[in-house]
Amino acid sequence: MAHDSLYAAPPSLADTEPEAGRLAGLRGALGSWDAAIVAALVVAVLLAGLSVPNFATGRNAQFLLLDLVPLALLALPMTLIVITGEIDLSVASMVGLCSTLMGQLWLSSGLSLELICVLVVLLGAALGAVNGLFVTGFGLPSLAVTIGTLALYRGLSFVVLGDQAVADFPASWTAAAVQTLPGTSIPAAVVPVLLLAVVFGIVLHATPVGRALYAMGNNDEAATFAGVSVPRTKFWLFVVSGAVCGLVGVFWTLRYASARGDNATGLELTVVTAVLLGGVSIFGGRGGLLGVVAGVLLLGVLRNALQLADVDANALTIVTGTLLIVSVVLPNAVADVRARLHRRRQRARLTAS
Amino acid sequence: MSLTDTGASVQAADNPPPGPGRARRGLTERLLAVRELSLLIALAALILVTTLRNDRFLSGQSIKDLLLGCAILVILAVGQTLVIVTRNVDLSVGSILGLVAFATGELFLAAPGTPWPLALLLGVALGAVCGVVNGGLIAVAKVPALVITLGTLYAFRGVDYYWAAGRQINAADMPRSFLRLGNQTVLGVPVLFLVALIVVAAVGFYLRSYRSGRELYAIGSEPAAARLSGIPVGRRVFAVFVANGALAGLAGVLYAARFGTLDAAAGTGLELQVVAAAVVGGVAIFGGSGSAYGAALGAVLLTTIGSSLAVLRIDPFWQQAVVGALILAAIGLDRLLALRMAARLRGRSAHGA
Amino acid sequence: MSTYRRLRAGATALTLATLLLGSAACGGTTRENSGTDSGAGAQASGAANPDAKLKEGLKIAFLPKQVNNPYFTTSDNGGKDAVTEIKGEFKEVGPSEASASSQVSYINTLSQQGMDVIVTSANDPNAICGALNQAKAAGAKIVTFDSDTKPECRQIFVNQVTAEGIAESQVKLISQQIGGEGEIAILSATANATNQNAWIALMKEELKKPEYSKIKLVTVAYGNDDDQKSFQETQGLLQSYPNLKGIISPTTVGVAAAARYLSGSQYKGKVKLTGLGTPNQMREYVKDGTVDAFALWNPADLGYLAAYAGAALASGQITGAEGDKFTAGKLGEFAVGKDGVVVLGPPTVFDKNNIDQFQF
Repeated sequence: MAHDSLYAAPPSLADTEPEAGRLAGLRGALGSWDAAIVAALVVAVLLAGLSVPNFATGRNAQFLLLDLVPLALLALPMTLIVITGEIDLSVASMVGLCSTLMGQLWLSSGLSLELICVLVVLLGAALGAVNGLFVTGFGLPSLAVTIGTLALYRGLSFVVLGDQAVADFPASWTAAAVQTLPGTSIPAAVVPVLLLAVVFGIVLHATPVGRALYAMGNNDEAATFAGVSVPRTKFWLFVVSGAVCGLVGVFWTLRYASARGDNATGLELTVVTAVLLGGVSIFGGRGGLLGVVAGVLLLGVLRNALQLADVDANALTIVTGTLLIVSVVLPNAVADVRARLHRRRQRARLTAS
Repeated sequence: MSLTDTGASVQAADNPPPGPGRARRGLTERLLAVRELSLLIALAALILVTTLRNDRFLSGQSIKDLLLGCAILVILAVGQTLVIVTRNVDLSVGSILGLVAFATGELFLAAPGTPWPLALLLGVALGAVCGVVNGGLIAVAKVPALVITLGTLYAFRGVDYYWAAGRQINAADMPRSFLRLGNQTVLGVPVLFLVALIVVAAVGFYLRSYRSGRELYAIGSEPAAARLSGIPVGRRVFAVFVANGALAGLAGVLYAARFGTLDAAAGTGLELQVVAAAVVGGVAIFGGSGSAYGAALGAVLLTTIGSSLAVLRIDPFWQQAVVGALILAAIGLDRLLALRMAARLRGRSAHGA
Repeated sequence: MSTYRRLRAGATALTLATLLLGSAACGGTTRENSGTDSGAGAQASGAANPDAKLKEGLKIAFLPKQVNNPYFTTSDNGGKDAVTEIKGEFKEVGPSEASASSQVSYINTLSQQGMDVIVTSANDPNAICGALNQAKAAGAKIVTFDSDTKPECRQIFVNQVTAEGIAESQVKLISQQIGGEGEIAILSATANATNQNAWIALMKEELKKPEYSKIKLVTVAYGNDDDQKSFQETQGLLQSYPNLKGIISPTTVGVAAAARYLSGSQYKGKVKLTGLGTPNQMREYVKDGTVDAFALWNPADLGYLAAYAGAALASGQITGAEGDKFTAGKLGEFAVGKDGVVVLGPPTVFDKNNIDQFQF
């Protein structure tokens, strides 16, 4: 029901068609979607490596991965949220607000940077809690709430620092954000991302919590019967999302050595695209973390390769938008075709007997 | 957490239910009237406060500026109302506006002698084509309009950027008769605002008095039920997106006439304001209720806030935060009213039994 | 254990881990003890050879603030002309929105592609520094134009005009137009635009001179280089300050929006407007009498000079040290000033007599 309160599917999806066949088709499509996206990633890397000069170098890998850190981090909680049938469109604005808060605290509070980083993560969690409160406490659609907070938090981030930028962070810290692992060209920031991905993966795929999340996405009431408090779980998911945004805000600020109100503007679209590309259903209940990680990487590889091949920035904008549409249209189209084939086969069997 | 059954649902006109149903409808309409009245009061209070601080705010020039400033937003908000009432949303309106505005400029560059009514028609047609893309994709993919229009937001904008390729069209490139359209007044009222008024009246009348208009509400309050009662849901939703695209196209042409200077960035980020205007104007974000008049008032209120912030010399950075806070307040208020009304209805039907 | 408890436990663990990590790290870095470690730019290494010839086949890339901005399209085209003259390879890349983070990704791409010269206009003076330094280490020469970075991140900054030159000419223009007395306001771009703020500060100094003693600057408004916002701010200015005689808008977006507002309002011709604008944008308003005169440098020349400066760096003619000299094609000889700054020259003033000679 959660997605019922979103802008849900044109009702035809939830209509009277034979559900069983359709769902089976969907599940079939899904199993292969994970594989397909990983395959697409491999193909993209190979193609880019062979045809785009300067792509297959350690230095480029470093640039590519470093650019992907914020996206990968934000995609983790987003995956869980979308699986429960909700959405959080305010992530980029929360990153921006956390970044300016960090700048303002550094500028005027005299606190140590370590403490500020912790505070910023907590503040991020608080921002997420506001989302969670509106969604679960007041029972409002997460889509509408987070469109509101998208505007609110971005507005506040301009209020915090005006149009100024704070940039005098200690060089040792800003250097640490772009540090590579000794002896390799892999950015050190990838390590915490991987750790968090593993944690989120375990929670989603190997714990009762994870199963409950899928249950919520498929049918809230089933989850309730299973002894899971749906509102509370969702509330904490939004809090976690906010905390991760705080983390990304810290990373973003240090990486670019600049806290400013427009940091990460528009990133929410890329995050949602990556999650959907990774095979998570926008209606909730389906998808996995492996696919999302592959989706994030695929997006990064495509952009990086196209940029290296001197493709116009405007074409890149079109590519992102189109990818988003394709990644939601394709699974449904595949499922549709399968369902139709399935019915035809059944009819054939009926006439044969 | 299902919101559908508590939404301020308005019955389809074709089968007016007896007894409590009629009372329900009367109540809904009274509630809407209350909303519109409270918007008017808020507007009056805002104007009063601003005028007390600066009496020039109510001068003829200033009122003319206000009416001019809100005309485009009013048109977009009314179009968005059509979409939101069916429990969908169109986030691509800002991009459609930008694309059409630039196309209009290009048209005058290529064929300087084009009469402006023709340009207006072509702009509306181009907007409608964009609407067809949206509506078609939604019908094919059977995914939430939110996702599709988030994708086309970037795709349309990308096409616009690609086409403009960094060029700018200036007032000198467009015929005077066309530019005059953007500034001319009839009896002191800007032409642009008159156009907006016509749109509001037409859409308002359609939604209220036409059977297909009433059906939109039915679709929004309970899609499955609407389908069962024989409403062609798919076709209506498609038509709504085309109509909204056409209105965004109209807004694009008017934008070109009013601003004269056009580059590919025209209308960026406008979608948030449009959604905010509709929601603030009492159009329930989960579909099924709201009026074109309310949305138009919401747009006027939002524009007035923008102008009075500038006149009151309040930090302009607050403006976006105010928009966000208003969205949250409006959807929260709607939810509260809906719950209240549900409670009252229960009370009434208990009496009736 | 119910789901929410587990989740809450998870969230708490996450915060605790962050807390621990935070406090464990070396005692605490505060603003006081961190010091300012931005050392002065000692980038001029090696000796310049003024007689060196410009190399052919240099790969020169232009990275503007954003690719969809007509101003940068013009200046990049100027750069292209210069690169064609010296038989190099020209390329223009950039983000579609003016953000520092996407500029960083483009700088990385350019250095990965082995560019000889990167000519850029910075969206943020600090955010792109790290990437520029990496590109420099990889062998690229860095020239900034229009908006500078910190001096240590680039070899040369091609400044369109000195800040003093702008301030002088703007104040002089408005003073002539309002007859030397009355209230004026400034409509700027964004509140953190480095160049805007420098100009505004100098304009305030300029206004202290005795010949301007009857002119009073009442406020500075910010239109965020956004057309609609600038339009609304102009409207707000005129309502807030009924005695306003003139507006200075030292930004192309702002001055065009303000002119459009004035031309359609009762204030047309009564409230004077000057600023920095492009002739194409302002032609309409100069001809209809809204604007008497305004100024700007030629952005095409700016790009042209920046390309030559980059080529001179890459050919070893100059190193970016003060006093280095190079010739920039049709524009003649330029000298590098303090902090590696090269100045294009005084702005051109446009009025109805000369505006038709300019097309940009």
